[in-house]
Amino acid sequence: MHPTLPSKPLRAYGDRQNDGMIQLSFVLELPPSARAKEAAKQFAELHGVREALVTTMEPCAEGYTYFVVYGHSQHSIDPSTIDVPELRTEALSRDEIEHRVTTRLTRKIVVVGACTGSDAHTVGIDAILNYKGYAGDKGLESYKAFEAYNLGAQVENEQLAERALALSADAILVSQIITQRNCHKENALALIELAKKQGWRNKVVMLLGGPRIDHKLALELGFDAGFGPGTKPSDVASFLVEWMCGDREKAGAAMAAADGT
Amino acid sequence: MYARSGVWQMHVAMLTVPMDEEKVARCRELAAAVADDVQRYIDAHTSVGVERTILRAYGVDGVDDQGAPLVNIAVERYAKAGLLGRGISYFLGRALLAGAGGLQEAAERLAYAPELDRGDSGPSADEVLVALAPHTDAAIDRIDHARDERDANKRRAVPGGNPLKYVIVATGNIYDDAVQAKAAAYAGADIVAVIRATAQSLLDYVPHGATTEGYGGTFATQENFKIIRRATDEAAIDYGRYIHQTNYSSGLCMAEIAWMGAVERLDMLLNDAMYGILFRDINPCRNFVDQYVARRIIARSGIVINTGEDNYLTTADAVEKAHTVLASQFVNEAFAKHAGVKDEQMGLGHAYEIDPGIENSFLLELAQAQLIRQVFPAHPIKWMPPTKFKTGDIFQSHVHDAMFSLVGVATHQSIELLGMFSEAVHNPMLMDRYLSLKATKYVFNTARSLGDEITIKPDGIMAKRAVQVLDEALELLEEVERETIWTAIERGAFADVKRTRTGGKGYTGVFERSDDYVNPVLEALEAS
Repeated sequence: MHPTLPSKPLRAYGDRQNDGMIQLSFVLELPPSARAKEAAKQFAELHGVREALVTTMEPCAEGYTYFVVYGHSQHSIDPSTIDVPELRTEALSRDEIEHRVTTRLTRKIVVVGACTGSDAHTVGIDAILNYKGYAGDKGLESYKAFEAYNLGAQVENEQLAERALALSADAILVSQIITQRNCHKENALALIELAKKQGWRNKVVMLLGGPRIDHKLALELGFDAGFGPGTKPSDVASFLVEWMCGDREKAGAAMAAADGT
Repeated sequence: MYARSGVWQMHVAMLTVPMDEEKVARCRELAAAVADDVQRYIDAHTSVGVERTILRAYGVDGVDDQGAPLVNIAVERYAKAGLLGRGISYFLGRALLAGAGGLQEAAERLAYAPELDRGDSGPSADEVLVALAPHTDAAIDRIDHARDERDANKRRAVPGGNPLKYVIVATGNIYDDAVQAKAAAYAGADIVAVIRATAQSLLDYVPHGATTEGYGGTFATQENFKIIRRATDEAAIDYGRYIHQTNYSSGLCMAEIAWMGAVERLDMLLNDAMYGILFRDINPCRNFVDQYVARRIIARSGIVINTGEDNYLTTADAVEKAHTVLASQFVNEAFAKHAGVKDEQMGLGHAYEIDPGIENSFLLELAQAQLIRQVFPAHPIKWMPPTKFKTGDIFQSHVHDAMFSLVGVATHQSIELLGMFSEAVHNPMLMDRYLSLKATKYVFNTARSLGDEITIKPDGIMAKRAVQVLDEALELLEEVERETIWTAIERGAFADVKRTRTGGKGYTGVFERSDDYVNPVLEALEAS
C-alpha cells in the first residue's frame, strides 16, 4: 500500500527550500487605481501570501481589473497526513495485459462506454476507447484483450444500461465532461441508482472519467474507480485487467494519474 | 468585413503553397455532383422543422401553458394526420380563407380547432397562394429589413480587420452573457458567440423567452438573440467598431433558428451540411432537408455561415485525416451554393489540431491553412484553435494558442476563434478571454505582414504537404461521388463516424412532398 512518506511539512518551492513562492492571478470588480493595487495586495495577503508584489494591474473590462501577484505563501502541507484512496504505480505493459487476459481470463473483457445525459463531448471517451487512443497510447479497441463499444455522446442512462446488459458487459465507462452546477455528479449518481434498482450493480465494474473526476469522488458516487485528466488508455486497461483477473487491491494500485498530473 | 474579406486576393501574398488549379476544379465538380444527388432528395421532401420555420416566417409565435410552441402543436397535428406532405402553408391559407382573423389565429385553428382540415374540398391551392401572397411578401420584407439595418450599422461602426477575433461566452444566463459580451468587445473582440446549452441540438422545438439556466451554455431563443444583439450594438457604439453576433443554426431546429437569427440581425450562424449527422446523430435525410431551408434563409439575410470541419479533427487524427476537412469544405460549399449562399458568406471551418508533440507540426498546420486560403480565396474562412491536446497546464496552453494565431495571421484567415488557455479546464471566464485577446492582438500586430514577406521552399515540407492534402481530398471526393454521400457517411468517410440513412434522430419528422405541395415562403427564397 502506501510507501512511507517522511513526515515533513512542505511549502511552495520557488528557488530555495521553504521560500513559499507562488503567483496568483485574478480579477477584481473595480477600475485600476492606487487603491485597487493595495486592494489586490491585501486580497493576496488574506490568502496567506506575505510580501505580496502586484506585478500586473490592467483594466480587462469596464470596471474590472486583472492582477498578477507574486509572494510567499505562509501555508505548508504535510503529505504524510493525507488520506487518499489511490496509489500511483506504473501501468501494466501491453504485453502483460494481453498475456494476463489470455492466460487467466481466457476470454475478452467486454467494455461499454458512453458520455451520458446531455453531455455531447466525446473527446475523453474516444481517447480511452477508440483505436487511435491519445498521445501515442492506443485505446482499448487496439487490445486483443478487450472488446470495446463506444456508444458516443448524449446517451441516456437507461439506454446505456440496456446496451451494456445486452452485450454482457464486464465494465461500463462513463465520461462526464460538462460539469456546470455539478450536473456530472447527479447524472453519474442516477446511473448507479438505476443499476442497483435493476439489480446488476455488483455484476459490472463501473468506471467514471472526466476532467473534474477523481478516484475519491467516483467512489463517493458509488463507482468502482474514477479517472481524472491525464488518464491514458493503458491506465484504464491496467485497472480493468487487475480487477477482472481477481486482484481488486492491485487494481486500485494500478490507477495512475488520477490526481490531475 | 465582406469588403475586407477579399483582402487576401488583393495582396500579392508571397506565402503560397503549390496548388493545382485543375485538381481544385475537379474537386468542385465532384462535390457539385455529390450535392446534386442529395438535392434531388431535398426537393422531394419536407420536415416538421421546415414547416415550423414557415409558420414562424408568417409571424406565428407563442407557447402553451406547458411551454410547447404553437408552431410545434400545429405542425405535429398535421404530421400525425399524414397531411404534412401538402405543406403547412396550404392549411394555414385555408384557415385564413375560412375566416381566421390573421395568421396567428389561423395557426391556432390548425393547432386547436375541433375539426382537422383534411384539405379535401374548399379553396384550391391557387386560391391559398393568393390569400398568402401579401403575408409571404411581409415575411421576406422582415428579413430584408433586418439585413438593411445590419448594413447601415456596419457603415456607422466599421468592422475590424481580418482575422476577425471571435470569442465565446457561455454562462448559462443570458443577462450574464450580455455583460461578458460587452467585456469581450472592450478587450478587442470582433465577434461574440453565445455557446448554446448542451443538448439543445436534440430538442425538436425552440425554447421560448429569456433564459437564465443552461448547462454548458445558454439556450438559443429569439428573446435571447435580442438581448445579445442589444448588448453588441451598444458595444459597437461605445468602442467604434462593429461587433458581430453569432449563434447556432444546427440540430433539429436549424431552419427555425436560421429564421430567428435572420429576424434578429445575427451576423453569423454555425451551420454545416453534415455536422448534425456526424456529431449529433441526427438522421441524414432530416439534416439535409433542414440545412437546405436554413441556408436559403441565411443566403437571403446576408448571414455568414460557419461550417464545422474543425470537429473532424477532434475525433479523427489531424495529420492522417487532414484531407477529409478539405473534401468536406468542398461538399459544404456545393450544398451552400445550391441554397444560394454566396462565397462571401461561406465561413468554411478548419482547425489547428495536430499533436503538438509531432516534429514540424507547425509547418503542417501552416501548409494546410495556406492551402485552404488559396482554394477558397473569397470565402471568410474560419480558423479554429487547438482543443484536443490542451491540458490543464494553462501556461503551456497559452503558448500553444500563440502559435495557432501566428498561423492565422500569416495565412490571412478571415475569422479566428481565439484559443483559451483554460480550454481543458472550464468555459472561458472574463480573465481568460482578456488574456487571449491581449496575446492575439500582440501576435497579429507583430506578424501582420509575415505572409506577404516570406516564400516557402519549393518541394519542402510545406509544399509537399499541401500537394498531398489536395491529392487525398480529390481521391476521397472521387470515392464519395462514386458511392454517393449516403454510403460515404455509412462507412465513416468523414470524421471516422458512421451513420445510416434511416438511423439517427428526427427521421420520423421527414415527409415526402405531395405533387401539390405548397410553400410560398420557400419559393420566394428560391426566386431571390
